Amino acid sequence: MGKKILLKGNEVMCEAAVQAGCRFFAGYPITPQNEVPEYMSKRMPQVDGVFVQAESELAAINMVFGASASGVRCMTSSSSPGISLKQEGISYIAGAELPCLIANVQRGGPGLGNIRASQADYFQAVKGGGHGDYRVIVLAPASVQEIYNLTMNAFDWADYYRNPVMLLGDGISGQMAEPVEIFPYKPIVDLPAKDYILDGCAGRKPRVVKTLVLKPTDGLVTHNEHLQEKYKRIENELSLYEEYQTADADIVIAAYGITARIAKGAVSLARKKGIAVGLIRPITLWPFPSDAFATAAQTTGQILTVEMSHGQFIEDVKLAVNGACPVEFLGKGGGWYPTEELILEKIESMAAATAKGNL
Amino acid sequence: MPTLKRTEVLTDVRTHYCPGCGHGIAHRLVAEVIEELGIRERTIAIAPVGCAVLMYDYFNCDMTECAHGRPPAMATGIKRVQPDKIVFTYQGDGDLAAIGTAETIHAANRGENITVIFINNAIYGMTGGQMAPTTLTGMRSTTSQDGRGKHGEGPPLKVCELLRSLDGVCYLERTAVSTPKDVNAAKRAIKKAFQNQIDGKGFSLVEVLSMCPTDWKLSTAQSVDFVNNEMKEAFPLGVYKDKG
Repeated sequence: MGKKILLKGNEVMCEAAVQAGCRFFAGYPITPQNEVPEYMSKRMPQVDGVFVQAESELAAINMVFGASASGVRCMTSSSSPGISLKQEGISYIAGAELPCLIANVQRGGPGLGNIRASQADYFQAVKGGGHGDYRVIVLAPASVQEIYNLTMNAFDWADYYRNPVMLLGDGISGQMAEPVEIFPYKPIVDLPAKDYILDGCAGRKPRVVKTLVLKPTDGLVTHNEHLQEKYKRIENELSLYEEYQTADADIVIAAYGITARIAKGAVSLARKKGIAVGLIRPITLWPFPSDAFATAAQTTGQILTVEMSHGQFIEDVKLAVNGACPVEFLGKGGGWYPTEELILEKIESMAAATAKGNL
Repeated sequence: MPTLKRTEVLTDVRTHYCPGCGHGIAHRLVAEVIEELGIRERTIAIAPVGCAVLMYDYFNCDMTECAHGRPPAMATGIKRVQPDKIVFTYQGDGDLAAIGTAETIHAANRGENITVIFINNAIYGMTGGQMAPTTLTGMRSTTSQDGRGKHGEGPPLKVCELLRSLDGVCYLERTAVSTPKDVNAAKRAIKKAFQNQIDGKGFSLVEVLSMCPTDWKLSTAQSVDFVNNEMKEAFPLGVYKDKG
């Protein structure tokens, strides 16, 4: 049992990053993630790391691009509007196959939106966001403890796959303080040698880190095929989820992040009322744990997708279920969040409709 | 007579640059300086988006290429992590003074200990001759067909004059590669800009007025005259800042 400390999610993410060896942070202030650059501005110098308050999100992500090309573990963080600005750089970093961590403490949108928690950047995070055929590994922590654990893992997976990883949180889990068990960092994969970094060509041939592929004529086709093979490998190897009371469930809730945390409470409330409800909580949003939903759809009566957005996550759930059972929806954007009681209400109406249908 | 020889800092590759283009001379000057300072094996160069994007094929040192206008940000990341390395960006006018203006100004103002080589040919070369931030007043381009200034384009942006006011900047000099004398002066300036970085003095930028016969729609000889007569008038050569 490690030491327990009380910290906000945003601060825990920073400390986990430092513990995992992150030594470069560049960012720009935006609510609700301001604890991150504030914490890093103090913490990085203590560990001989680098903190830069960038002039923009564009600059921040490109500073991270440079730090990653230099071989150091590095990250940036922002919230929704700032993440939109970073998309250019994320595309380049993915194309150049460099590792880094990007944290999105989501707020309400579109546009400037508001500063309440949201999950409305799901499409942007999971489907690309920037230009070109690329993928970013997307992790969705549901508690402050999980922010600590997944942040550490994120650096390992980024290095292992040479790919950007996004920690997709939200304003609630970022701002919420919970006791967290702090344990020392230990790599969870065999980390490959960084034989691609730019550190001067002493004793070796010069290296180039680039994303422009003009030669041969089909060079970019080949490069994209290589990327797709890597993404396929990631899909096969890294698909994480939590199943909760699904074995006998007539209704399975699909939810991620803070919404899943609330949904778990709704599962207990429903079971007290005699309705057999379970939960599947994707931990990786890309790769999406499709098999878990496909399997559940064979045995459960129906699935209820709950999200703090207007039907983004549900598309992946439906693709996974592929018509095998009905998929209901509960969700809104703009800073709305579900309560346990609201989810229970929806479950009860679904259960009642099913019972009526059975008569 | 000095004998001419290849510099080990350039690869034995034919460049894609047009006849009469100034990039070849500027590349050669940067490469000679790197060789003379003995820093090839600790140099990391950043190519822009623009005609010089392919310079990673020509320079025999570690290289990267990043998004349009972002080289000073990427250079910041590289140099802060590896302060013992020599980091330089090589950027055109669109890259440095239009889409990357914010990155340029803030890297300069932070006093990043990097070297910036700024090629100003007053035109977008790679995309085919559109108006640059440094296109001269009255000069025609494919997007200022009546001459710059007729339709609200504003005057050319003067980078050395703009950056001179920033306390973080160590060294600014505007040079040209249109006469042998200018080429020699440009090399001295580039060498100083690299030496400043070696000595830890901070942000140094050398602007190089350069020819673009293809997109200016002039002969190579006329292009040299254009730099000497028109560009040097709009962009006076000289040292704009030297903290010493």
